[in-house]
Amino acid sequence: MNPFQERKGIMKAIHRLAHSKEPVEKIRRNKEPVRCKACGEESSREDWRSNLYICPHCGNYRGMSATARIRMTVDPGSFREFGRSIRGGNPLDFPGYDEKLESMRVKTGLQDAVVTGTAKIQGNKTVIAVMDNRFMMGSMGMAVGEKITRAFEYATKKKLPIVIFSTSGGARMQEGMMSLLQMAKTSAAAAKHDEAGLLYVSVMTHPTTGGVTASFAMLGDIQLAEPGALIGFAGPRVIEQTIGEKLPEGFQRARFQYDHGFLDQVVERKDMRETLGRILTLHGRS
Amino acid sequence: MKITERTPAERVRIARMENRPTTKEYIEELFQDFIPLGGDRAFSEDEAIIGGIGSFHGIPVTIIGHQKGRSLEENLKRRFGMPNPDGYRKALRLMKQADKFHRPIITFVDTPGAYPGKEAEERGQGSAIAECLKVLSRVSVPVISVFIGEGGSGGALAIGICDRMIMLENAIYSILSPEGFASILWKDGTRWEEASRVMRLTAPDLYKMKVCDTIIPEPGEGAHEERAYVFSGVEQAVNEAITELRKVKPRDIAENRYRKLRSVGRTLLKENPWREKTEQE
Repeated sequence: MNPFQERKGIMKAIHRLAHSKEPVEKIRRNKEPVRCKACGEESSREDWRSNLYICPHCGNYRGMSATARIRMTVDPGSFREFGRSIRGGNPLDFPGYDEKLESMRVKTGLQDAVVTGTAKIQGNKTVIAVMDNRFMMGSMGMAVGEKITRAFEYATKKKLPIVIFSTSGGARMQEGMMSLLQMAKTSAAAAKHDEAGLLYVSVMTHPTTGGVTASFAMLGDIQLAEPGALIGFAGPRVIEQTIGEKLPEGFQRARFQYDHGFLDQVVERKDMRETLGRILTLHGRS
Repeated sequence: MKITERTPAERVRIARMENRPTTKEYIEELFQDFIPLGGDRAFSEDEAIIGGIGSFHGIPVTIIGHQKGRSLEENLKRRFGMPNPDGYRKALRLMKQADKFHRPIITFVDTPGAYPGKEAEERGQGSAIAECLKVLSRVSVPVISVFIGEGGSGGALAIGICDRMIMLENAIYSILSPEGFASILWKDGTRWEEASRVMRLTAPDLYKMKVCDTIIPEPGEGAHEERAYVFSGVEQAVNEAITELRKVKPRDIAENRYRKLRSVGRTLLKENPWREKTEQE
């Protein structure tokens, strides 16, 4: 990975933005109404954004892109991405998967479902990894596994804490066994970071399920979640099929996980930055 | 002994046969002075995972394995080999204990997956599996896994991370059951035979992918027909692996395992064995 090349890419992107001839388009896009999935009320894209992607009518949390999450969480201008060039492939030669990946890359502008880098949160330097579930439901394949692993390894090497925002439907089906083994790889990397006596804060957002829950997401020294986030190993539909009955309201939601002892805190989106900042400060080297 | 040509769907059927030898039988045949150890010290004793200590060719070892039942009654008790979090926490306890007493760990994998039940979620199935992965990937004793039947998803991986992976010819190891895979990707669970082909879940496929290290041939219609042959094959393979791994310094063992986990799949992205095959055809 050549840091200068990455920088060049960033400069190019800035240049493109500054010289873009479609500000009108952008303004129009911002005024477009977006419907809330929970209450059905419409709000403009602008309103959603200024309200931290929480429905202004019913308070339902909407998912957001990794970029928006990073912007909301870290100190302005402090984020430096690494591992941008890592991309997966088609290890099983699964029919149609190459095309699917390509279309996802075009649609989201991401190489895969996670963005990794270093940043400062309220002045505390940390490694950060943010998953993005617009990319194939944030499923974990070889690229996601590799980027998470490298983030842990970088943090271990530089003696830095790590914060991971996870959101994932689980393992990437199309990569089969290779996807399953990412659970082992990321957990092993988390273990080495742990052995080095460093802090790992896991933040689970809606939804965090399957292979991600059963690996690095549940290995944090401190585990936080956003209100209402679905967190679990098996999906609710699979459980209902197995036991042959309907699950109660709120099953596997953040509050449920807190009540069962798997979370340290459920933190509102508006307080996340400050909470992380305080945790990182308390673990800072004095 | 050569490996029989079979379709993946046939192997799936054989891997699930009810009269296939289970972990208990392998323990009886391969180990002396076996002492079963139970309980997770927190909630319950889960009979879908059995474990204990015993001696293999004079070496004290820890044994952990999924246990399926033979009768319906036994299968209800053992949930068809699908563990609850309590089972994984028992396994976790035995792993830590093995590390403490410098005993090699031998695991037998035979599960459709972790149990997707209500109580399992309440008690943290995800968390229990994650802890197993964290500990098993870093123990400083040799870990040998024998895949004897079904190896389903994280439920299998939790005790399946190892230094040497031995697979029976008709054992399978996959991210999900072929039925589940077909119903998720194609919304049609009846297309499981097709799924079993594209998933690359058989021992020969996993060997080609360098996931599995050794394949034990099963003569005739499968392991249930030639038990003695299969038991001795497994014993020999475990013996070879243990002899080799005991030469490695304890502090290098976990690092080697990490390197193995780190490198798996890399070659697949560069030179895809499946693609070459189709070109030849």
